[in-house]
Parts: sequence; C-alpha cells; structure tokens
Amino acid sequence: MMKRLLGYTALAVALSCGTALAQTTVKIGVLSDMSGLYADLGGAGSTAAAKLAADDFMKTHKDIKVEFVTGDHQNKPDVGSQIANQWFDREGVDMIVDVPNSGVALAVSGVAASKNKVFIGSGPASSDLTGAKCNANTVHWTYDTWMLANGTGKAIVKTGGDTWFFLTSDYAFGHALERDTAAVVEKNGGKVVGKVRHPLNTSDFSSFLLQAQASKAKVIGLANAGGDTINSIKQAAEFGIVKGGQSLAGLLVFSTDVASLGLPVAQGLVLTGTWYWDQTDANRAWTKRWQAERNASGKIPTMVQAGVYAGTLHYLKAVAALKSAKDGKAVVAEMKKLPTDDPLFGKGTIRADGRKLHNAYLYEVKKPSESKGPGDFYKVRATIPADEAFRPLKDGGCSLVKG
Amino acid sequence: MFEIFGIPSQALFGQLLIGLINGSFYALLSLGLAVIFGMLNIINFAHGAQYMLGAFTAFFLLQYAGLNYWFALIVAPIVIGFVGVVIERLFLQWLYKLDHLYGLLLTFGLALIIEGTFRNFFGSSGLPYRVPDALQGGRNLGFMFLPNYRAWVVAFSLVICLGTWFLIERTKLGSYLRAATENPTLVRAFGINVPRMITLTYGFGVGLAALAGVMAAPIYNVSPQMGAELIIVVFAVVVIGGMGSIMGAIVTGFGLGVIEGLTKVFFPEASNTVIFVIMAIVLLVRPAGLFGRRA
Repeated sequence: MMKRLLGYTALAVALSCGTALAQTTVKIGVLSDMSGLYADLGGAGSTAAAKLAADDFMKTHKDIKVEFVTGDHQNKPDVGSQIANQWFDREGVDMIVDVPNSGVALAVSGVAASKNKVFIGSGPASSDLTGAKCNANTVHWTYDTWMLANGTGKAIVKTGGDTWFFLTSDYAFGHALERDTAAVVEKNGGKVVGKVRHPLNTSDFSSFLLQAQASKAKVIGLANAGGDTINSIKQAAEFGIVKGGQSLAGLLVFSTDVASLGLPVAQGLVLTGTWYWDQTDANRAWTKRWQAERNASGKIPTMVQAGVYAGTLHYLKAVAALKSAKDGKAVVAEMKKLPTDDPLFGKGTIRADGRKLHNAYLYEVKKPSESKGPGDFYKVRATIPADEAFRPLKDGGCSLVKG
Repeated sequence: MFEIFGIPSQALFGQLLIGLINGSFYALLSLGLAVIFGMLNIINFAHGAQYMLGAFTAFFLLQYAGLNYWFALIVAPIVIGFVGVVIERLFLQWLYKLDHLYGLLLTFGLALIIEGTFRNFFGSSGLPYRVPDALQGGRNLGFMFLPNYRAWVVAFSLVICLGTWFLIERTKLGSYLRAATENPTLVRAFGINVPRMITLTYGFGVGLAALAGVMAAPIYNVSPQMGAELIIVVFAVVVIGGMGSIMGAIVTGFGLGVIEGLTKVFFPEASNTVIFVIMAIVLLVRPAGLFGRRA
C-alpha cells in the first residue's frame, strides 16, 4: 500500500518535472462500509479494485493522474452524506464510487447532484437510484433490486414456487427489493401471502421463520443482505424449513455470504448476479491481480468489487475524452455516450437514466461434492441477456427519461 | 384452536418458546456481566468481544485441531477464561479503586481492539460452523418444530445459570466471594487470598461469555461483530435486572427474551427497540432495577 503510494508520487513527480504535458488530476473517493456487515463485499476490496482500474488506465493515459481517498460510511446515511459533502467541498474529490447500502447511496447520490460531481454506485441495490430518484450525476453499475427480483423471482415462480412470504430488511433496500420481487411474482401468476419486516442486523430469525413456516407459502423470499441473509439461511436449515417442503429464495446473495455459510448449508440455493470470479479466464486473471493487490490469496472478489473496477475504468475514459473531471454532469453524459468495454463485464452501455446494462446470470450453489476447492461455489443455470435483465427504461419513472 | 389478539394460539406458544430460547443467551451473557460487576465492580464492556472469542475458538478448534463442538464447549471457556485472567492481572487490577467509568472505558477499548483485529484477519462476513451431528434435526411439538439444538441450548443454559447462582449464593466459596466484595480487608484477615479470588472470578465471568459464544456458533453467524450487536441488549438486560444481581440477570434474561419474541410477532419493526423501552420505564420506576439490592 505504502509502496504503491510512493509509486504514484514518483510517477506524479516524474510527469510534472519531465515534460510540458498538461496534467489532469482526478480525485476518486471510495466510500464504503469499511467495518460493518458489508465490509467484505465492498470495503477494502473495493478500494483495491478502484486502484487496479487506475493502474490500468494510467498505463495508456500518462497525462491523467488519479488520486484516492477512502471513507467508512458506517451504514449511516448522515455519516455518508457528511463525508460526501466534505470530500466534494474541501478535498476536491471528483467522483465517489461503491457505497453499499441503498440508504446511504440515495443520500450520496443527492449530494453528488447538488454539487455537480459524479456518483458511481456499485454496492447499492435499490432500483430507485435510476428510477424515481434518478439524477444526471449518478451511474448505477453492478446490479439492482429490479434485476435481482426479475432474475430469481421469475425463475422460481416458473418452476412452481407461486406463493411467497417475504423476510424483509426494514430499510430502503429491503423495501425496494420486496416491492420489485412482489411485482414479478404477481406478474407471473404467483401470490404474496405475507411478509415480515425485521430490523437491520438481527441475529435471531427463528421467530420470523416460524411466522414464515406458519404462512404455508411455498417460497420464503429473503429481501435482506449480508449477515442478515446468512443468519436467515443458517437458521432456516436448523428449523427444517427446506426439509418441510418450503424453499428459500436468497434475493441478494454474495459469494462472500456463501463462503460464510459453507456449501453444506448453502447448497442448492438459487441466486442472481452479474459477475462471478470463476466464470471466465478474464475474471480469473483479474481475481489473481486483485488478490495480489489486497495481499489476500484466499479471498475472492464479489460482483460489487468487480463493478467498482469496471465503473472506475469507464469513468476515467470519459474524463480522458473530456480532458476534465470538473463538470460532473458532462462526465456522466460522456459516460453514457461512450460504449462500455472492460475485461470483467464485456461490452455494454449506460442508459439515459444512469443504469449500466450487461448480462445477468442465474447461479445455483454447488453441492459440497461438486466443488473442487475453496471459492468454487456456483454453476450457471441461465444467462439473462442485458436487454431483459434490467427494468425497461419507460417503467422506472425517471425524470431524465421523460425530459 | 383459539386465538389471542388475532394470533392463533399455536403460533403464540411457538413464539413463547422461541423467546425463551433466545432469552437463554441473554441470561448466560448477563449472568457473566452480573458476576463481574457484583464481585469486581467492573462494567465489563469487553463481554461481547469475549463472547465472540468463544465462538471463534470453537471454529479454530474444529478447523485446525479437528476438535468438535463438545470439546469446544469445555476448551473454549477455559482458554478464553485464561485470557480474562491475563487481562485482569495486566489491566483491571489497577482500576478497582477508581471510578466505574475507568473500567468501562478500558474494557470498551479492549473490545474495539479485539474486534478490529479479528475483522482485519477474518473479514466481516463470518465463518461457517455447523450444528453438531448428535443435535441435528428436531421434533414436532404439535405447535411448532423444535430443533434439537435449540432444546439443548435452553436446557444447558438453565443448568449453567442455576449452577452459577447456587455457587455464589448458596456455597461457602460464594459466601467468601460476597464477603470479599463487602469488606476485602476483613476477609483477608481470615487468611483468604482475596486478589486471587477476584482474578479467578473475572476469569469465570469471561469463561461464561465464551461458553455462550460456543453455544451461539452453530446458529448465529460467527463474525467479529457478533458480540458488539448483542452486548448493548445484554447491558440493558443487566440494568433492568439490577446491576450485580445474579438471579435478576437470569430471570430478566429469560423474561426479556420472551417479550422480544412476542414483539417480533405483533410489531416486528420494534423488536430491536422494545428492550430499551422497558429499560427506560424500569429505570424511571425502580432505578436500582427489578432485583437490585442497593436502592
């Protein structure tokens, strides 16, 4: 880390002394949950991913210098928007990336718009970021609640899971995920028979699971994330929910969650994602670089961290095209104009509402006997093409689309 | 089948039982806190971290030494209890004469350091730990499916709680302990090594936290922040029960588990808050807590 910092400084010094190159400095703020329940799926791993993107970019664009700051929003919207304000106002940050936790992301997105800077969300899930609460300064990269609902919800209803009970995390993200999934379930002929909303960071779900059991719903939809999802799945196994004929639908499950559950408990779980480290050669190669950057050979990156890499890279391309990072709206407009192309998500586009489009995949967690080693978690059940994976542009209610 | 407040009675019985099971964790943890506060006058904020250490020790034993849950149940409390003894000798023993606040700040700092270190090495998403084979599965009670492991948790923690109460309130050793907190000089005059007894008491309290951690490992996510989430609730339990009251900690632990369980049915959004509402009311009406000795 220190070495790299020195490296950047040396590079900067070399560039500034040597030539008359007009240097553009871009300052990127990685704002994430650095110490709480989402720290593994974003956190320091997101910082590493953003730095890899800057490394790759600066190889071909020597006239642009990228600097970083990182911050911990502690999953509190007030803390997040305070950091964002400070970064934009006083520290000259041009772009904020990541921000897992939809509540914080919605706040930061608003701050970015009011200061005319850029926000690239990789961690947050709420589809409101490109829907009712969209703005011209925000790009939502990796995934969203509509896409998760559409992927997992549709697949499960089509295989007979037509009555649902929701276990919902009681904040912006959970509500959005529940709403989007319920809509998919009902559209495909299913029915929602009940729901219960639990506070964020609940350790015991047995009471909620008992209510879900009593509802006789065929599917228990977990509209929660991180530790809450892990605890729900772990305890559902204990209470014999799956053995009793009900099935679990993890609506947002990250590879870090599967690692934490272990395959014996997680096997058979169906989930939707947009990136998995072991899916292509390019992903595996990037994973190796990421592990080296983090100095953690056993860890595997999540789709959120992959999205931070890809989003940062595309942002820098837009800045290079404009030769300035100062006007956030202009940079985002340029990002939407340029087609996206990176080793992790392939070719894609960013829509008028700020939604990044790429393929989504329906994964199934392997049985312990099928897994060849640590990190070998998923098999791909289906590919959902980019144009079907995300909410149609006209349905989002984003003001940028009408105008 | 009859209904109570619109909830079928069967479901209600199930929820009561679940509440009792969760209460057994509150009881075990608040018991350790009560023992430490009652005997040492230290507000042990590191209790959550020590509970987490117990769960992690269970994981390490299984992963690296191949020792299963039953060994962990014995080994982890001893190992972590010993860590507690070291902490007491190194730090806490200097604080007894000072205000409570110093002990609280020191243990709070220790908790942050321990949790931060573990997060650095093991990440925040947690480690897998399975229910032991002998306690897999469960039985249908008619009104609910009771996993064998939960039945074990509630029975075992009741035994531990009542055993501890008996040890402190009804045995000679316990009477020495209680006397030593009242008047250490006099007890020393009778030839009893009071500082050692205090050290071991802290170790015992910490061991109780580790024991609860081992019991939690198969059902809760084993992560560095697992204790931080629980400790605040457990403190509320201790305050409601009356600081330092052993029986108070046990009864309130189980009782609040049940109340929280019922809240999860009637108003789930408030299930994290209800205990604090009760705490505020109890403090208004009985500032020393429900079972507090010192009014």
